[in-house]
Amino acid sequence: MKRLLASREVLLLIAIGALMTVIALRFPAFIAPSNLADVFNDTSPLILLAIGQMIVILTKCIDLSVAANLALTGMVVSLINVAAPDTPIALIVLLATGFGALLGMVNGLLVWKLAIPPIVVTLGTMTIFRGLIFLLTEGKWVNSHEMSDAFKAVPRTVVLGLPILSWIAIAAVIAFTIVMNRTTLGRAFYAAGGNPHAATYAGINVGKTQFWAFTISGAIAGLTGYLWVSRFAVAYVDVAGGFELTVVAACVIGGVSIMGGIGSVVGAVLGALFLGIIANALPVVNISPFWQMAISGAAIIIAVALNAQANRSPGRIILKRAEHAT
Amino acid sequence: MKRRTFTSVAAGLGLAASLFGTTAMAEDSMRIALVVKALGIGFFEAAAEGAEEAAAELGNVEIIYTGPTDTTAEGQIEVINSLIAQGVDAIAISANDPDALVPSLKKAMQRGITVISWDSGVAEGGRQMHLNPSSTALIGNTILKLAADHMPDGGDVAILSASATATNQNAWIEAAKSVLPNYAGVDLVATVYGDDLSDKSYREAQGLMASHPDLKAIIAPTTVGILAACQAVTDAGKIGEINVTGLGLPSEMAGCVDSGATKSFAIWNPIDLGYSATMLAHAIANGAEASAGAEISTGRMGSVTLDDTNAAAMSDPFTYDSSNIDQFKSIF
Repeated sequence: MKRLLASREVLLLIAIGALMTVIALRFPAFIAPSNLADVFNDTSPLILLAIGQMIVILTKCIDLSVAANLALTGMVVSLINVAAPDTPIALIVLLATGFGALLGMVNGLLVWKLAIPPIVVTLGTMTIFRGLIFLLTEGKWVNSHEMSDAFKAVPRTVVLGLPILSWIAIAAVIAFTIVMNRTTLGRAFYAAGGNPHAATYAGINVGKTQFWAFTISGAIAGLTGYLWVSRFAVAYVDVAGGFELTVVAACVIGGVSIMGGIGSVVGAVLGALFLGIIANALPVVNISPFWQMAISGAAIIIAVALNAQANRSPGRIILKRAEHAT
Repeated sequence: MKRRTFTSVAAGLGLAASLFGTTAMAEDSMRIALVVKALGIGFFEAAAEGAEEAAAELGNVEIIYTGPTDTTAEGQIEVINSLIAQGVDAIAISANDPDALVPSLKKAMQRGITVISWDSGVAEGGRQMHLNPSSTALIGNTILKLAADHMPDGGDVAILSASATATNQNAWIEAAKSVLPNYAGVDLVATVYGDDLSDKSYREAQGLMASHPDLKAIIAPTTVGILAACQAVTDAGKIGEINVTGLGLPSEMAGCVDSGATKSFAIWNPIDLGYSATMLAHAIANGAEASAGAEISTGRMGSVTLDDTNAAAMSDPFTYDSSNIDQFKSIF
């Protein structure tokens, strides 16, 4: 299984390489190091959210409320910044992460304690979060001139050649690679989704593990919410509308199995980069907007088809045998 | 108990007296009701300001600024019914629904009340005329002119629109393209679509700057797009090289104008709109005929000509720049 995963990530790397070659043929400046750094920076929010989503999907759940969580947290911190422009940015970051985690906990509690299917829970909270933004603001926007300069500066401040936004994504990739591979909680995520019954017998509380998965996803979404509104310097109801689907797509392309239990941080990151490169390349290669959507869609379907081929048969046959044996 | 009854009767009498008082006072002056989508919206407060300006200019006109507390057609129907009961001379309405208000507005017209709609229209049967803030042709020309005004030597411009299927935006872009030959030296090099998402619009603006190094202006006829393009130009350090313009709201654009990324942009002026609506309501109530082809004066705004559907366009969108942004950013 590990070899299969490794080969899948290599496959994705090759696909990304091929994609960049094709783009470079039409627009050579795209692969200039400075432009690649820009692309990575632009994809950083997607990378962050994809890591959170991967953890949720590993536990056989799905979090459709990430983009709404991002928008709500982004609006809340923007309003705090407008009301108290002198609030230290470190506190704002902490508040955003904490508030996002709180919203994630709501999802987690409903899934854990009331055993409602995650897709229903997060579909509901997605709408509620967007509705809350409207209640908070009555549809008004928070604009760049209302935000303090310090508030807007964080994601674009350049440290060691890269903006802080990129560094946060890199830090998250490293941290979560360690968490997923080296901690009990990280292994519990795989166990809870890979085989919930076996996990229960092994002493893992599956519901609680799912709760923590949603909490982590929520915290990341909250942090990304602050980074998003400060980067684009505007907060309104429809911020990142429909972005949850891009996040799920990044996970799926990255080889995370929707059935749970299979996936890696590196895979999710590569999936996000694949979509990020397409999103950044399409504007410069001058393709009709209708084709842009078709190309993004085709990339997702090809990846999912590959995924299904790679994952389907072994899992099913083993389950059938186990069923007959008992 | 008795005492309380007495006070309430007294209060009632007082109220009635004051009502009679106002009616008696208003008898000789014309009463024009400016009905808005909902009270407490900056845009409509500004329109009411324009209406008062028109009333002062006309003399002997009383403006009743009213509307429901939320943007519903039901709320507006109640407001209209109470205005009919008060016997106002004219109603100028920005409708929450084009069809739902028709029956009550018809009732008003049967009672001899002049009814016009402005900003957001009512179906033809429910009003004598409709005043649009502007027209497709005027908007298309304005967005191109905004860019051309700051490019004396000509150069490349690009359009950043909402979605590729947005009806309004496509009509404006077509209108802009048709007047392109009037602006010598201005080349429209690309039209891209940001889908009214800030991240996609930002990326498209970055793409425009990368693929067209000589770009002089980005025209975004959408509020999300113009802000995202302004931010992208600011982040790229190209303020002064690339002018971001198009349609936006003053409250949202103030930062861009201050930083210089946007030299000017346009949107309808609510003060002018309230002013013109009042002028038209006054003229029609005084006997001006509202029929296709008729030309009606709108005071300082010139005059408007009615088309086949008895609709008219007020003017070019109003241009906002550093000289007036501070006045308008608190309005809408």
